[in-house]
Amino acid sequence: MALDKATVARIATLARIKVPEAEQDHLARELSQILNWIEQLNEIDTKGVEPMSSVAAMKLPMREDVVTDGNCRDKILANAPAAAHGFFVVPKVVE
Amino acid sequence: MTALTDLTLAEAREGLIARKFSAREMATAYVAAMEATRPLNAFITETPERALAMAAESDERLARGAALPLDGMPLAIKDLFCTEGVLTTAGSHILDGFKPPYESTVTTKLWQAGAVMLGKVNMDEFAMGSANVTSAHGNVENPWRRRGDNRPLVPGGSSGGSAAAVAARAAIAATGTDTGGSIRQPASFCGIVGIKPTYGRCSRWGIVAFASSLDQAGPMTRSVRDAAIMLKAMSGHDPRDSTSAPLPVPDFEAALTGDIRGLKVGIPREYRVDGMPAEIEKLWQRGIDWLTAAGAEPVEVSLKLTKYALATYYIIAPAEASSNLARYDGVRFGLRVPGQTLDEMYENTRAEGFGAEVKRRILIGTYVLSAGYYDAYYLKAQQVRTLIARDFSEAFKRCDVILTPTAPSAAFAIGEKMDDPIAMYLNDVFTVPVNLAGLPGLSVPAGLSSDGLPLGLQVIGRAFDEETVLRVGGVIEDAAKFTAKPQFIAGGR
Repeated sequence: MALDKATVARIATLARIKVPEAEQDHLARELSQILNWIEQLNEIDTKGVEPMSSVAAMKLPMREDVVTDGNCRDKILANAPAAAHGFFVVPKVVE
Repeated sequence: MTALTDLTLAEAREGLIARKFSAREMATAYVAAMEATRPLNAFITETPERALAMAAESDERLARGAALPLDGMPLAIKDLFCTEGVLTTAGSHILDGFKPPYESTVTTKLWQAGAVMLGKVNMDEFAMGSANVTSAHGNVENPWRRRGDNRPLVPGGSSGGSAAAVAARAAIAATGTDTGGSIRQPASFCGIVGIKPTYGRCSRWGIVAFASSLDQAGPMTRSVRDAAIMLKAMSGHDPRDSTSAPLPVPDFEAALTGDIRGLKVGIPREYRVDGMPAEIEKLWQRGIDWLTAAGAEPVEVSLKLTKYALATYYIIAPAEASSNLARYDGVRFGLRVPGQTLDEMYENTRAEGFGAEVKRRILIGTYVLSAGYYDAYYLKAQQVRTLIARDFSEAFKRCDVILTPTAPSAAFAIGEKMDDPIAMYLNDVFTVPVNLAGLPGLSVPAGLSSDGLPLGLQVIGRAFDEETVLRVGGVIEDAAKFTAKPQFIAGGR
């Protein structure tokens, strides 16, 4: 599968990574090379095989629905690039 | 007298309990060693004051005769483990300045066992790499050099700082993490021991996530016994990690009996890959001979999908990474690069914050999960993963452990294999299948290449049977008598 420039631009947008147009061709080649190599999996017959999402041979455990952590707002905000009045600050999203 | 920094963890434990030296003396020696190894760039953050303070607490317990299992042991912590109040970068610019407000479960357990924190060690960015050349904090150098060749070599990766620090005697042991070989391959490249335990043995809570269904923490040490001691302290159920196994932790050290009589050792024929150097084949055969001489029985097993494991991994790991790394958005921690809109701020931050390999994997992951491609790539890979895991269960009906080389080569020079991502990925051809199947895998130094570099053998076991893996590793260690030391040792002896 060869990716074109437009596809690279689309997945870069989905991934929220700015990829300047000048780099898109190079990246398309690199990613295509990896995808072509990955396509060897098509040689394997997987009809009816259950997909594995986890190797842990256990069910996800349940716990009491109670608060187990919290009251640490300032500790959390201490790492924020911008914070004010107890909130994270981001560029304006609503006009 | 042997220098304090030459002692294994087990020897140091004995010396501390016998009060031959103090934890403070140990910490002081290792702080000096850490400073002396700066040319290797193994440490990102040094915490000497904390080391001395923790050592003082150990001395106080030792004086009372109330020693904890790891009292006074100066450890290097991979910079993927969150350490409260101490910079944690995952080797990435995007975590610039991040000081976690909490401590990972594994490091909490280590400190509760009396261990001493020396500092945080370098790694491939977000643990994505096999040579420690993708860190935003620079390459790590392997303390070993080829005979007659002074070019700096890679320490392997992603736990390259951990491996280099332990090999150079700048830490008595280190934590590592292993998603596709990141403990075992650098252990092999640096001539030390590393074990990736069974998925679920160590809690992942507080470890910066790469690929959650594959990531496991483990110890990197200078002996199999040290690995057993440290693994015990790191392991155990943690309700905060939903995949953490609710199983009791065995006394791994007690498993090192040296008795492997009657044990069946599987030799997977598919691991004889094209282009594997003859000296690695030879080392593998020597390993088989050692185990046979100790009373074990080699049996041929088949892991027929081995050659597809890497391609499977390079769908699953990037897919999980693209999801896990979505959290780096410039809002809550780390780097922010301004933009006119929120989206532009995200895009600018992630473009500047992530390195080339991380971006490549996020984009691949995003692509294989995107509408229209999910079934063809991601689902397909998950199905192949089922078959790979099934291969191992079939093999383990015929054997108790599997013996393989750890990596298809010795350490290579910094700069080699850099322009072809797939050539770099091939480093992990022998280790990746073990992560896909969630099994324990141990690398033990077993010999030197013709140009004088360490080579490791890998022992793979059944799920939650680290005891047999360590026991077999101990037998290899005894037979190999690996006493070679790297050219660069802290203190320069």
